[in-house]
Amino acid sequence: MSPPVLDVVDLTTEFALRGGGAARAVDGVSFSLARGEIVGLVGESGSGKSVTGFSLMGLIDPPGRVAGGSVRLNGAELAGMDAEGLRARRGREIAMIFQDPVATLNPLLTVGAQMRMALAAHARTPRRAADDRCAAALARVGIPAARDRLAAYPHEFSGGMRQRVAIAIALLHAPSVVIADEPTTALDVSVQAQILVEMRALAAETGLSLIWISHDLAVVSGFASRILVMYAGRVVEQGPAEAVLRAPRHPYTRGLIDSLPAAAKPGEPLRQIPGGAPSLGALPPGCAFAPRCPRAAGACRAAPPVETREGARAWRCLFPLEAGA
Amino acid sequence: MSEAFLSVEAVSKTFAPRLSLGERIAAALGAPPAKRPLQAVREVSLEIRRGETLGLVGESGCGKSTLGRMIAGIAAPSAGAVSLDGDPVMRGGRKATTRVQTVFQDPFASLDPRMKVGDAIAEGPVAHGLVAKPQARAYVAGWLDRCGLDPAMADRWPHQFSGGQRQRVAIARALAMQPDLLVCDEPVASLDVSIQAQILNLLMDLRRDLGLTCLFVSHDISIVRHVSDRVAVMYLGRIVELGPAASVLARPAHPYSLGLLESAPRLSLDGRSTFRPIPGDVPSPLAPPPGCAFAPRCSLAQDACRAAPPPLSEVAPERFSACLRADVLTGRPPGQASHMSGA
Repeated sequence: MSPPVLDVVDLTTEFALRGGGAARAVDGVSFSLARGEIVGLVGESGSGKSVTGFSLMGLIDPPGRVAGGSVRLNGAELAGMDAEGLRARRGREIAMIFQDPVATLNPLLTVGAQMRMALAAHARTPRRAADDRCAAALARVGIPAARDRLAAYPHEFSGGMRQRVAIAIALLHAPSVVIADEPTTALDVSVQAQILVEMRALAAETGLSLIWISHDLAVVSGFASRILVMYAGRVVEQGPAEAVLRAPRHPYTRGLIDSLPAAAKPGEPLRQIPGGAPSLGALPPGCAFAPRCPRAAGACRAAPPVETREGARAWRCLFPLEAGA
Repeated sequence: MSEAFLSVEAVSKTFAPRLSLGERIAAALGAPPAKRPLQAVREVSLEIRRGETLGLVGESGCGKSTLGRMIAGIAAPSAGAVSLDGDPVMRGGRKATTRVQTVFQDPFASLDPRMKVGDAIAEGPVAHGLVAKPQARAYVAGWLDRCGLDPAMADRWPHQFSGGQRQRVAIARALAMQPDLLVCDEPVASLDVSIQAQILNLLMDLRRDLGLTCLFVSHDISIVRHVSDRVAVMYLGRIVELGPAASVLARPAHPYSLGLLESAPRLSLDGRSTFRPIPGDVPSPLAPPPGCAFAPRCSLAQDACRAAPPPLSEVAPERFSACLRADVLTGRPPGQASHMSGA
């Protein structure tokens, strides 16, 4: 098997708190990404999934900092790399797509102008050739009449088309890894389905590797080959999508699946996870999920559980659910 | 049983364009209009039966929230009328009843940040004489408790609550008005999955215990399926399908409902995708197609579909569809020769 495109070991990101101390938004995250693979990073708000994405991109600004760990992209170590080295890779080897294309696109510039700027960041390209590449990039993500649309402004696109423009920009330099942070959350389901289908075809055709960040297990379940579940900054469970969803080992994963309306008969009470997510500034000393967990015992409250690995799967739980349950 | 409790009769809502002074002068001089009015809701008629929950589902811009607001008496219809038990919900452009209350999507926006939540809950019932001021505290405490919050929280400010708790406060405030009809406009759309289940369970409990009638507006089919007795599907200002939730969502009688169902992601346990996109985009509501608004995206569309908007008509007992080719989807004996096999 070829070496992973991206290899993340023990990534830890902290944000300094007013009055001293630090909140660990990302705590010891490890995973790797193969060529052409789609990994789903699932969690609720505040679980650290977006901060993980930003940390991989080297986009953490003070008071935050990547406090430890290693990120190897195509063999090169990104942790501790200088700004220039990161800038040379960002956009060319690793790119990111955000939830809100309105916030990422400049409303005052035509789409073509913005795409040419993104192109010029890594390659000097004559105007005509640049336009050709930009139009091809737009066409590849399903934008009709791509050549003419280069002269259009972001507001002239619908929400789904605008997100496609953002995706086209991220793909301009054919990066090996794209981090997509809830890119379809703000879109209607019919448009979301269009984009998911297109992105999957793209990954299969070009060998692009995707980290798909989402709060929606249902989206990720039919899309990603592997799933990482985050809770309070830690990856509490990871493994092949099918195995994780069929027989989750971590009680939090089980709780997430069970709380979906589809898991219950219409009209019947949903199985809810009691309580709410803990604040990152005041995490319990042990497992962060213990206060909400039906299986928690004294040992869970003493120290955060270390990762248990078994084949392609891993979890952080002292009392995991049965393998075949 | 099937009496209409709330009835919506041929309701439309048009938003007039905001014209600049120059444009108004030009219009007065007889120039062709530069901006068109937006018709958000077009001649919608429906009824909500006593004690039922009607789910209203559709994508952004389809008019579901606008229809919800007209039913709630917050927005005045441009044409048509909404009445509850025979009495109009609005009179002279103002809400004329306290029997309809609303829970909105964003509990952060619906609470005054400078008002303690206890006061926010008590404000309406005291003003309308549902409770005397001296008893207000106990009254509020009762509703907070009923909605799963500690009654002592009445003295806190909205910013001290999490999203899920704030939505509980919003529900308590709506219910403290002792409504008969509760309009829920995407009440869990901005909440995390684990919190979503808590709020949905609370709403279902309260509805049963208090005998509430509900309109549940949502873009999420799986949630609507879970909470609704009947469901109405909206597309570009019109209801395209209406019927019992279980049968509509198991076997849609309108191609748009089918497309919506197939494009909604469901939890897939075999790792295979479960979504199939609808091709194309929603047409602009400023320039809707002359016939069926879904025809440009529909694989079943014929010439007749593009001529005039098909009316919502009964295709099976209790089931209504605004599709000329509903027979293809329902598999019923076709009214006219059809060469399509069942979808």
